[in-house]
Amino acid sequence: MASVKMPQLGESITEGTISKWLKQPGDQVKKYEGLVEVITDKVNAEVPAPLAGVLKEIKVKEGTTVTVGTEIAVIEESVGAAAPTPTLPRERGRVTEPVAQESAPSIAAPVPEEVKSGGSTESRTRLSPAVRALIEEHHITDAELGRIQGSGVGGRISKKDVEDFVGRRAQPVSANGEQRQAAAEAPAVAGAETRVPLTPMRRSIASNMLKSKQTIPHAWTVAEVDMTNVVRFRQQVKDSFKQREGIDLTFVPIIVKAVVEGLKAVPVLNASWSDDGVVLHKDINLGVAVSVDDGLIVPVVHQADRMSIAGLAKSIDDLARRARAAKLTIPDVQGATFTVNNPGTFGTILSYSIIAPPQAGILAMDAIVKRSVVLDGDAIAIRSMMNLCLSFDHRVLDGVSAARFLQGVRRWLEGFSEQVPLY
Amino acid sequence: MATKTQEVAAKGGQSRHRALGLTDDQALRIYEVMRLARAVDERMWLINRQGRAPFVISCQGQEGAQVGSAAALRPGYDWVAPYYRDAGVILWFGMTARDQMLSFFARREDPNSGGRQMPGHFGSKRLHIVTGGSPVATQLLHAAGVALASKQRKEDAVTATYFGEGGASQGDCHEAMNFASIHKLAVIFICENNGYAISVPQSHQMAIQNVADRAAGYGFPGVVVDGNDVLACYEATRKAVERARGGEGPTLIEAKTYRFTAHSSDDDDRRYRQAEEVAIWRQKDPIQRYAKYLRESGTLTDATEKEITERVDQQVDDATEYAEQAPDPTADELTKFVYKQEPRA
Amino acid sequence: MAVKTYIEAIREGMDEEMAHDPSVFLIGEDVGQRGGVFLASDGLYKKYGEDRVIDSPLAESCIVGVAIGAAVNGMRPIAEIQFADFIAPAMNQIIEEAARFCYRTAGDFNLPMVIRAPWGGGVHGALYHSQSIEATFGHIPGLKVVAPGTPADAKGLLKAAVRDPDPVLYLEHKRAYRLVKGEVPDGDGLVPIGKADVKREGKDLSLIAYGLMLTYCLEVAEKLAAEGVSAEVLDLRTIKPIDEAAIVATARKTGKVLVVHEDNRFAGIAAEVSAIIMETAFDALDAPVMRLTGPDVPAMPFNHVLEDAFMLNAEKILAKAKELAAY
Repeated sequence: MASVKMPQLGESITEGTISKWLKQPGDQVKKYEGLVEVITDKVNAEVPAPLAGVLKEIKVKEGTTVTVGTEIAVIEESVGAAAPTPTLPRERGRVTEPVAQESAPSIAAPVPEEVKSGGSTESRTRLSPAVRALIEEHHITDAELGRIQGSGVGGRISKKDVEDFVGRRAQPVSANGEQRQAAAEAPAVAGAETRVPLTPMRRSIASNMLKSKQTIPHAWTVAEVDMTNVVRFRQQVKDSFKQREGIDLTFVPIIVKAVVEGLKAVPVLNASWSDDGVVLHKDINLGVAVSVDDGLIVPVVHQADRMSIAGLAKSIDDLARRARAAKLTIPDVQGATFTVNNPGTFGTILSYSIIAPPQAGILAMDAIVKRSVVLDGDAIAIRSMMNLCLSFDHRVLDGVSAARFLQGVRRWLEGFSEQVPLY
Repeated sequence: MATKTQEVAAKGGQSRHRALGLTDDQALRIYEVMRLARAVDERMWLINRQGRAPFVISCQGQEGAQVGSAAALRPGYDWVAPYYRDAGVILWFGMTARDQMLSFFARREDPNSGGRQMPGHFGSKRLHIVTGGSPVATQLLHAAGVALASKQRKEDAVTATYFGEGGASQGDCHEAMNFASIHKLAVIFICENNGYAISVPQSHQMAIQNVADRAAGYGFPGVVVDGNDVLACYEATRKAVERARGGEGPTLIEAKTYRFTAHSSDDDDRRYRQAEEVAIWRQKDPIQRYAKYLRESGTLTDATEKEITERVDQQVDDATEYAEQAPDPTADELTKFVYKQEPRA
Repeated sequence: MAVKTYIEAIREGMDEEMAHDPSVFLIGEDVGQRGGVFLASDGLYKKYGEDRVIDSPLAESCIVGVAIGAAVNGMRPIAEIQFADFIAPAMNQIIEEAARFCYRTAGDFNLPMVIRAPWGGGVHGALYHSQSIEATFGHIPGLKVVAPGTPADAKGLLKAAVRDPDPVLYLEHKRAYRLVKGEVPDGDGLVPIGKADVKREGKDLSLIAYGLMLTYCLEVAEKLAAEGVSAEVLDLRTIKPIDEAAIVATARKTGKVLVVHEDNRFAGIAAEVSAIIMETAFDALDAPVMRLTGPDVPAMPFNHVLEDAFMLNAEKILAKAKELAAY
């Protein structure tokens, strides 16, 4: 028997909360196969099984928080690897159901040998007649279909899955983008034009953007930031950081830190419009836009105000990684109170981003470009300059607050030095 | 050992049939039904050979055994379970020339089956003719069952079942005789031994000479009778009926006879028997023999014969015309009567 | 209501019909003096006498053929074939004669007769005391075939069969005789031929079964419920004419169907049920119709290892049902 313990998912992480067991007692488990989802204050992670065998016992229930090193499960080691069975879709990076939902039965289901379906995406898209009938009856869109997790063999969307979805559909639609959907058909070519079919993600983005522009009166303002100190500092520490942390230290976490400080100083930007009053959010949950194959997804760094630069770096890196691997969880993409966008990686210098409702603002950080600028004392120098472009909800705040916020962010960045703690 | 009946010679003015308790009218009636059976049959062959109907299976040559035995029973009260050759039996029991032709043309009005069965598959609840299928000798067990029911209800009805010597080889024949004997049922087993089961001669059907000898093995009497002597058949059957009604159980009557035609319109009997043999038996034609006797006993005159002939011919012509015009069943009737009672919805 | 065993219910059914109608009688091997080799007719000989409870010769064709004749002449015979495995000698009489009397006479004749035969395995009966014959005879138009699974249905269907104007093959499961107990209503408790019965309602999947398998499927449904899977159990009760409406209704309701029978797989009743569902409820299916059946070997052998390998049981059914649930 082998003991599985709560791992340390990041430096300074002392505890973790079991979010979702991906295997049940009696299930075969391959080495490195996803065993359980764990949430910590920095990172949400899927914990792989340390060995192959049969999951014998779950020691810690979902929703429970335990310290690092606590035994959470027992696996009976199998001599000779277990015959590979097609894994159930939970392990394959679908958006998993929120924890609160978990009262649905999980049967220890031996996978039938008749199931010859190949890759799970194929099985997902094969809809049984019953499922198709339900889709029609409840007017389920492709986008919504893309969000339904298939609990059937090979990731198949079963009738029950659809029924469960319909039951839950009253919940507000997550404005933070869609998981990738691999079901792309060949574009129809008709003479002079090519029609590219809409993927669920595209549909989703379209609907969100439209809604945003139709309901939020957007205003826009820009601040120019001298990033030279930041650039210099980063240049100095990036190697040792990489060595220590295993990830790159990009500008993003530094700027995010600045944004957090700016939001603390001007809380009206970390708010939402409502007819009853402007809702000021206590937590600062920062959405950090990540570009993926056919669109954009915005995972959320929850309680970013409590994180150090290094912590933000790790968190953002992890979220970005998982976003590109389509392994984000629902909590990952929910609850943002403000969003930052990084179009500058592609060289743009001014960007007008669209706010993600119900937030009050979105900040685009454009490219850091070397320019000749006039300093105090009228000297001309070559400096690394970056534009911060703020779109804001003009119902919630006015230009003054917007400007003050940007000023706060700018000053923080321009005043950067080695004194600023990374951790 | 089976007993053999003797031909009772007319003694001093008393004809044979009267000695057996038959009136002149009854004797003539027997003759007329034999004539009718033959006439209908001949007409069927004619029509079949013209290509206007697909199938005939004949009684020709066996009318003596059939009508003679049937005449000892009470139509509508007693039961018969005949086989496909028994036109003489069913005509005695109340079927008409029209019924025969309707069956021949497989018309909707066919009383046996509404056109569903081939000709020769007789059946009528009203006339106490047990329906027959094509499997051979199954009717013998049915006859035993009918007789069992009569016994259970303490009725004195008698059931006669007919079969060929080929049918006697079937297991059901053995089982029926065995059962009927155990329970002393009022069954008369009448074997019309015509020497051939289609083409298979008796020598290949059994090792013995007389089917009737088997009765001893079941514990009841077996009687060999000249099947082409209608009155001998009548007499043997009447005795068997008395036995049965008296609660003494079954009798096996073996009527030695001959089939003048091939087995059916689908058979060519030249492949397995000589024309000479047929010719010899034709001379023992039961109808001609009986006619001769009736004339000699003064029962049948030229005038009566003429009347009978006219009646018979008229019935045959009428029946043919009627049946030819009669409507076929309709296709939608195909699925009816699979059950007597369909399940309620 | 009283709790009775399956065999008690059958005996009672026969007794009541014989008391109620003097044209009803029983014929078969050992049914009289001995009361039947399973004691299904125990006591009837003493009560009704040798004219109505007839010990027949060892001749199955005779038993059925005589019953046919008696039915022609106003009686309502119950013919017993000692084991379904021995019905073959009577095939000619059943298939060519009994099944066709009504059709071949365009309704002039009909045979109000019952042929009873103990069937099924699990009693160490080996190849010739364990067979299932419902598919063979269910295939023949003109016959009615019933296979009750509970004492109440056993009694109700037997009475209905006796009163039915058509020939009914009544299949009584020999293992169920003393194993299966249940409430049997007072009075006639007639169960209509041709009507299936939802023995347990459910919504996640349907188990369709009959005979002994019904009992196992009900057990399985309990176990599934404990794991959060709601299984509906449809008891066919009548094999022919089969209750298509009930089959389709349950398939539409759950979208997932498992048909269970101990008979051999090929051309067994499950194949027919599956075809019916495919034709009529395809659009409601969430999974292919699954079958769990006996293997295609000539009945179950004597040795217990081989018998167990052949026979279905609750564990095998549960495993298959879970497979279906997870599909």
